[in-house]
Amino acid sequence: MSAVGKVDAAVAPSTTQAIVNDFTLKVATVNGSGSQTANVAILRALFRMGISVSGKNIFPSNIQGLPTWYAIRLSASGYAARSERAEILVAVNPTTFAEDLQDLPGGGVCFHPDHLTPPQSRDDVVFYPMPIQRLVRELNPPKNLRDYIANMGYVGVVAEVLGIELEAIRSALSTHFRGRASAVDLNMRMVQAAADWARESLVKQDPYRVERSDQTGGKILVDGNTAAALGALYGGVNFAAWYPITPASSLAEALGDYLPQLRKDPATGKLTCAVVQAEDEMAALGMAVGAGWAGARAMTSTSGPGLSLMAEFAGLAFFAEVPVVIWDIQRIGPSTGLPTRTSQGDILFARFLGHGDTKHILLLPGTVAECFEFGWKAFDLAERLQTPIFVMSDLDLGMNVWMTEPFAYPESPMDRGKVLDAEDLERIGSFARYRDVDGDGITYRTLPGNKHPLAAYFNRGTGHDDKGSYSERPDHWEENLKRIWRKMETAGAYVPRPVVQPTRGAGIGLIAYGSADPAVLEARDLLAAEGIPSDYLRLRAVPFTEDVEAFVREHDRIYVIEMNLDGQMRQLLQIEYPTEAAKLRSIAKVDGLPLTAGWLEESVRREEEQ
Amino acid sequence: MAATKEAQAQRNPGVNKIGLERSDYKGLSTTLCQGCGHNSISSQITAACFEMSVRPEQLVKLSGIGCSSKSTAYFMSRSHAFNGLHGRMPALATGAVLANRSLRAIGVSGDGDTASIGLGQFKHLVRRNVPIVYIVENNGVYGLTKGQFSATADKGQVIKSQGENPFLPVDICMEALAANCGFVARSFAGDPRQAKELIKAALAFKGTAVLDIISPCVTFNNRDESTKSYTWGKEHEDPLQDVTLVPEREEIEVDYEPGQTTSVRLHDGSRLLLQKLSRDYNPTDRAAALSLLEEARSQQLLITGLIYIDPSQPTLIDVQGLVETPLAHLADGLLRPSKESLEAILAEYR
Repeated sequence: MSAVGKVDAAVAPSTTQAIVNDFTLKVATVNGSGSQTANVAILRALFRMGISVSGKNIFPSNIQGLPTWYAIRLSASGYAARSERAEILVAVNPTTFAEDLQDLPGGGVCFHPDHLTPPQSRDDVVFYPMPIQRLVRELNPPKNLRDYIANMGYVGVVAEVLGIELEAIRSALSTHFRGRASAVDLNMRMVQAAADWARESLVKQDPYRVERSDQTGGKILVDGNTAAALGALYGGVNFAAWYPITPASSLAEALGDYLPQLRKDPATGKLTCAVVQAEDEMAALGMAVGAGWAGARAMTSTSGPGLSLMAEFAGLAFFAEVPVVIWDIQRIGPSTGLPTRTSQGDILFARFLGHGDTKHILLLPGTVAECFEFGWKAFDLAERLQTPIFVMSDLDLGMNVWMTEPFAYPESPMDRGKVLDAEDLERIGSFARYRDVDGDGITYRTLPGNKHPLAAYFNRGTGHDDKGSYSERPDHWEENLKRIWRKMETAGAYVPRPVVQPTRGAGIGLIAYGSADPAVLEARDLLAAEGIPSDYLRLRAVPFTEDVEAFVREHDRIYVIEMNLDGQMRQLLQIEYPTEAAKLRSIAKVDGLPLTAGWLEESVRREEEQ
Repeated sequence: MAATKEAQAQRNPGVNKIGLERSDYKGLSTTLCQGCGHNSISSQITAACFEMSVRPEQLVKLSGIGCSSKSTAYFMSRSHAFNGLHGRMPALATGAVLANRSLRAIGVSGDGDTASIGLGQFKHLVRRNVPIVYIVENNGVYGLTKGQFSATADKGQVIKSQGENPFLPVDICMEALAANCGFVARSFAGDPRQAKELIKAALAFKGTAVLDIISPCVTFNNRDESTKSYTWGKEHEDPLQDVTLVPEREEIEVDYEPGQTTSVRLHDGSRLLLQKLSRDYNPTDRAAALSLLEEARSQQLLITGLIYIDPSQPTLIDVQGLVETPLAHLADGLLRPSKESLEAILAEYR
């Protein structure tokens, strides 16, 4: 098997029909080896050939040396959920080779460097050994780039065997290296050499191949954290403070990357937004709250452990009514948990973050395009409602690269909310910061620096009357908190409504949110094929709007699907609709991996069979 | 003395350079204990702002939690205030001054707020050189929770409920200096003139100005043997200089002997005059400042005055490269990039 030349690949089901654009390719590699560039290049090349793709990076909490898997799913039906198995394995990591090979289904394919001997023989798998080391030697790249270039070896062989166009690979690399020709050329030389070798030396014995398609028209391929950062920049963010944490760091880093390009004042070349790397998450939210109070569009981004540290400021901002946006790119907990794995486990915590009677507004992006949309919309909501807005993304949505609709330019002008300037005060002649003039629970604020002598107020976390003066009077406390709850009712008119997808004759309802969406979409097709049609409501915000209530009341059985153990969204729905509580059933799973349609279909079917 | 008062009255005919009266700088009546050092400091902040002709609406008052932090209600009601979380005032201040760089910020904190729960934020605020007058009203105890030791309590001090304090105090000036603070001063609430002049100097300084003001707690820590008591302070205060801040464009009216007085020009054009007293001390020498603080610590001396000054360091606003217009005032057009720019970005992701 290690012979170079016309490789005598193991017995394969050569009679099988070609399987086109409908399989999963998994690259098993080592963290820190630079393989992400190679894997995303394959993903992007397929995308540019018009093929529906989704990529899932399953990586360890480690800088270098631990196993990493990257799965690329091609779907003729356009499904983007994680697939449970991969038909094609690129085995670059010797330590996981045995289990990776074991996971391959019969009829599967295994590409591996020829210096790694397969740990067991599989008669039902096609093996393609690749002379990576020799090809690297012959190319002789600079020493420090050797390992990176080696990854391009499997890119070239896989491209040749499956039929991925090399021009598409070149274009993908050009995007990755932002057009730097020297980097693109060096990498492409290895891709080309490997593809040439494969063409001359391998006999194709597997059924898998790719063909140009038209599934990606108009779409873009990007990760949710970049989308969120861009959304914030187009939403006029003035201030962002953050503390490094996986999987949220790339959001703040993308902000910093795009800031000079997008937010320089053309007249002076100076920036219109400040970004501060804080000393911890308490400070990060504290700074954002200070900035939001002073009139900036302010945000922070974090993940579970950071959110824990932000609890005190979240309560303060809720009670002192300060606009601020908090992105939570959820990872698995409690505690440090699995820092590089995904979950929807912060829903209840974020909803009630703070001690006492706190109820926060949550936005729930379900696609990368929504990460952009909520990126700017969150500021409008925060300033309109004068309260923290939590945007609940997750690692899968935030860090993985997804096919998505192109971002729509914000359709409405910025909503800066109820702010009184000096002229307003002159006209009105009085000011009480927390007086509910309009009856919607939202009061008027002034910004520090307002030159009118009536403008100042004392912002505080302590009990206060409607002027903001310290008060321990029971009636003041009650009135104020009830008014804030009235404001939260008003919020229902502003938050994004759910997306409802009815099916004729459906007996059951499915409710899901966030990155559970792709698995739900696919599972619904599987269920329908088995005679279980379903209606689907995808939540996009808490508090729930009347559409949610109608959906809950209309169905006899509703399955609430989510990635946590305790059915957190189901609990929120049960709190909101106590008389319907028994109808709301939890289908919840949390193991760190994105949900699959197969698991979901089986879970719903089993429930329905009972 | 009578002659001096008269002269002062002449100089201050009731309104300052921006036409405001002292009453325009008033706050609410204090709810702190009678005789509390903090009340005296509130009065000096009021006086300093009046004399410096600070526009109250252009000032923001920030504070954490504790007796000291409550005191921002007791001066300058025409200024916006944010009384935030325990030990987290630095974060609020950082965000506020970046959001609106035209604001002048005064932060009022205590020894628990700064040296215990907020030590980390305090040091990072100083390290970033956030433009703020940061006043620590230092009394060595937690007042609002009824007199527990704070991190600046004297070693060996005894209180009934907790026994003897076995730990050395945190020296706030030393911490500020270690974090590269460009303005470090110590004062004493029982020396209002010095406190006021130092606050004025801090207001004229463009970066972080830290003032550690010993401010006796008359209820829980005012026994004569406590280094935070009035008696101790009056008996032991050893001022480094006679401090006078001469605001921009004002004539220098104090008499001073050449060679005995150092003049430091501050960012806003004002001058800080430091007339030598008993020590030959150079407040621009960081090493000298550190050894002075070490000497004060080891010998329990209450050395007051300007301990260190370096007006040359860039502030957080300088290093951010921000537009001159406050970020909070920018027109929407400057905040939302064009549709074409979005199309160009999307093209890269196709």
